[in-house]
Amino acid sequence: MGRKTLRFSLGIGVVIAALIFFAISGFQEGKAYYKTIEELNAMGESAYGKRLKVAGYVEDGSIERHGREVSFKLQQDDILLAVRYTGSSPVPDTFKDGAEAVIEGKYHEDGTFEAKKIQAKCASKYEKEYGAARAKTQS
Amino acid sequence: MANFGNLSLALAFSFSIYSTIALFFGTQSGRREVVKSGYNALYAVLFFATCATVALIVLLARSDFNIEYVANYTNRDLPMFYKLAAFWGGQKGSLLLWTWLLALFSAIIAYRQRHLRGDFINYALGIMMLTSIFFLLLNKFVANPFDTLGIQHQEGLSAVPFTPRDGRGLNPLLQHPEMVIHPPVLYVGFVGFVVPFAFAMAALMTKEMGNAWLKITRRWSLASWFFLGAGILLGANWAYVELGWGGYWAWDPVENASLMPWLTGTAFLHSVIVQERRNMLKVWNVSLISATYLLCIFGTFITRSGIVSSVHAFAKSSIGYYFLVFLGLMAIGSAYLILTRLKYLKSENELDTLVSRESSFLFNNIVLLAACFAVLWGTMFPTLSEAIRGEQITIGPPFFNKINIPIGLFLLFLTGIAPLLAWRKTSGRSLRKNFLPPVAAGIIAAVALIIAGVRSVYPVMSFALCAFVLVTIVSEFYRGTAARIRATGEQFIEAFTNLILRNKRRYGGYVVHLGVVMMFAGFTGSAFNTETHAEIREGEQFTIKDYTLVCRKVEEGENPNFAYLRATLDVIKNGKQAYSLHPEKRYYFASEQATSEVAIKSTLKEDLYVVFSGMDENGGPAVIQAYVNPLVVWIWIGGFTLAFGTLLTVLPDAREVRFNRRKRELERMLEASEKI
Repeated sequence: MGRKTLRFSLGIGVVIAALIFFAISGFQEGKAYYKTIEELNAMGESAYGKRLKVAGYVEDGSIERHGREVSFKLQQDDILLAVRYTGSSPVPDTFKDGAEAVIEGKYHEDGTFEAKKIQAKCASKYEKEYGAARAKTQS
Repeated sequence: MANFGNLSLALAFSFSIYSTIALFFGTQSGRREVVKSGYNALYAVLFFATCATVALIVLLARSDFNIEYVANYTNRDLPMFYKLAAFWGGQKGSLLLWTWLLALFSAIIAYRQRHLRGDFINYALGIMMLTSIFFLLLNKFVANPFDTLGIQHQEGLSAVPFTPRDGRGLNPLLQHPEMVIHPPVLYVGFVGFVVPFAFAMAALMTKEMGNAWLKITRRWSLASWFFLGAGILLGANWAYVELGWGGYWAWDPVENASLMPWLTGTAFLHSVIVQERRNMLKVWNVSLISATYLLCIFGTFITRSGIVSSVHAFAKSSIGYYFLVFLGLMAIGSAYLILTRLKYLKSENELDTLVSRESSFLFNNIVLLAACFAVLWGTMFPTLSEAIRGEQITIGPPFFNKINIPIGLFLLFLTGIAPLLAWRKTSGRSLRKNFLPPVAAGIIAAVALIIAGVRSVYPVMSFALCAFVLVTIVSEFYRGTAARIRATGEQFIEAFTNLILRNKRRYGGYVVHLGVVMMFAGFTGSAFNTETHAEIREGEQFTIKDYTLVCRKVEEGENPNFAYLRATLDVIKNGKQAYSLHPEKRYYFASEQATSEVAIKSTLKEDLYVVFSGMDENGGPAVIQAYVNPLVVWIWIGGFTLAFGTLLTVLPDAREVRFNRRKRELERMLEASEKI
């Protein structure tokens, strides 16, 4: 009885220990800090070399395509961030002027952000047009 | 029509409350007429939920843009098919679909079990109605699809009804046939798992802890599991053909949300077999089904709201708090029931040895739960880290891959080994005899791959395990057929078919595993993906692997729904022109959104996947992104195989058909005698 329990615990223990190891190393590899542009500026030196995620809006008219590289400015509360996208997949279809975008990559000492990934969400035109004047009525 | 819908929702809500109370208290106090009224109220819930559903369909079809939901998800020029599909295009409509499906399933069970009306069934229906109350509460008061638009001209004045000239249109990414069936299929799975949960809770309440609840719900569990899996696969396939980044799975919170209950559901389907065979793992099984139920509701919540991306978004919609409270209450309720019934849940047996069928199931369960936990952790970590430390840390695909690839491989290994192990304990001799061919196949596959130049560890392991499992499954079929031929003297094909038909559960299960092997092969193919990027003008060409793509022409055009740019690319392989591909870039007018229509040429060996990313500024060249993705098609073939296998396990056995016929006769007699 004692030996059997020991065997099972050992078997389960080995499996769980291996999984914890994978989880920790995967976590180190996959983690990224999610910051606003303001927070990014406040980070100072510590921002360099970390994997970062930054959200903001694509500044109107700032998108420039040079072959597969795309550079643009990300804007939030009137603070701008220069971004260079060098990722392997094409920028998403929703990426355009005024779109809400989340970029992931590294911040360089020259003040530009090198993004490897972009997610973009269209600013919804409907909310903009009627949003302020909208009130729900329930019958 | 909106008033009609609102009224229907209010009535369905009231009836669901009455039904829940009548079913619980009527049963407890033994008053049959109260229970009967509870059943009738349950049918009324279905009736009024159907009325509300029809009302929303009519509003969508008529493009009544005074209705906020209609204005938000459709527009005039949208094809009728998509106008109706917009029913589940947004949160409010999908929650109504949830309610309707739940009411439908409850009514089906109530009707089928109408002759029994035992405490057990009554309580189970009570639990389902309790869940209905929650969803109808959301439908009526929190996320009402019949809300109308109005403009408040001044502070303090009441709002004036407002009807925009056109709606915002359905997100173009959702204008795809697969995206139309994906949500309802997924929802059938989510809602379906309410049934086994309800019966498990009813079993705890009545303290009838035998296997009755498992017998009644076996098909519901299997079907729900199947629909959930099919929904996930459809979503993956949609992402692959529609999103245009060359992949099918990104560990997105929404994807994770549907995967989690599928993982616990898979664990549940396996561990109930141990309970049926050996009367073990009872506490485990009720806990698993509770977890699956909670994850289904949690999944519904995540798929339709943006909580996970940020805590701030969470605060925006109050619906999150309703879900949290309901989830909390149900979790406490089920935990209470399980803990107070522990003595009825005692295992009648214990695990004998490490090398046995039971323990392979045990390990299967542990790693499936570990996978679920890892996915949950990774999905919720950004939200939790922001709530606790004030700093949001996100976890990307590397985390999910790193932990789930080894788990997947271990599961694949168990899939191959379990059928070779006997219940209780396996003798060393039978182990050696049965193991030799599959192990040899695995080793041969691994050596062949290494000779062919494959140097990464996981792909070699994965293909070796695929070969191992494949040979196990084939030899199971072969040994069974051979034994049948010896015993009955049937011909091979006859023996083979009879073998499967006589034991659909077992061999259907193997077919499901076969599908899983194919899917793993498909997943592993992604280790060998290649991609290239080209900027070309008409007449120019580029190559990827052994394909040469020549740009024939780039043309423009439009229809009322969207404008498009279309490239025609001739594909040359082995020196001759094989076929043409037509990737498109579209711009949808109503939603002002651009999308890419990917062109894919699938073969059993690999997919050629071409995306038209757009034109470079000022009449520059066309920007084309091309991918060669090996073995992807096996994921979908595996999915169909899995579906076929599930169907086999669900179909009744000949013995069962006879039993049911007899049961129906008895019921008819009972009904006749009741009338007298």
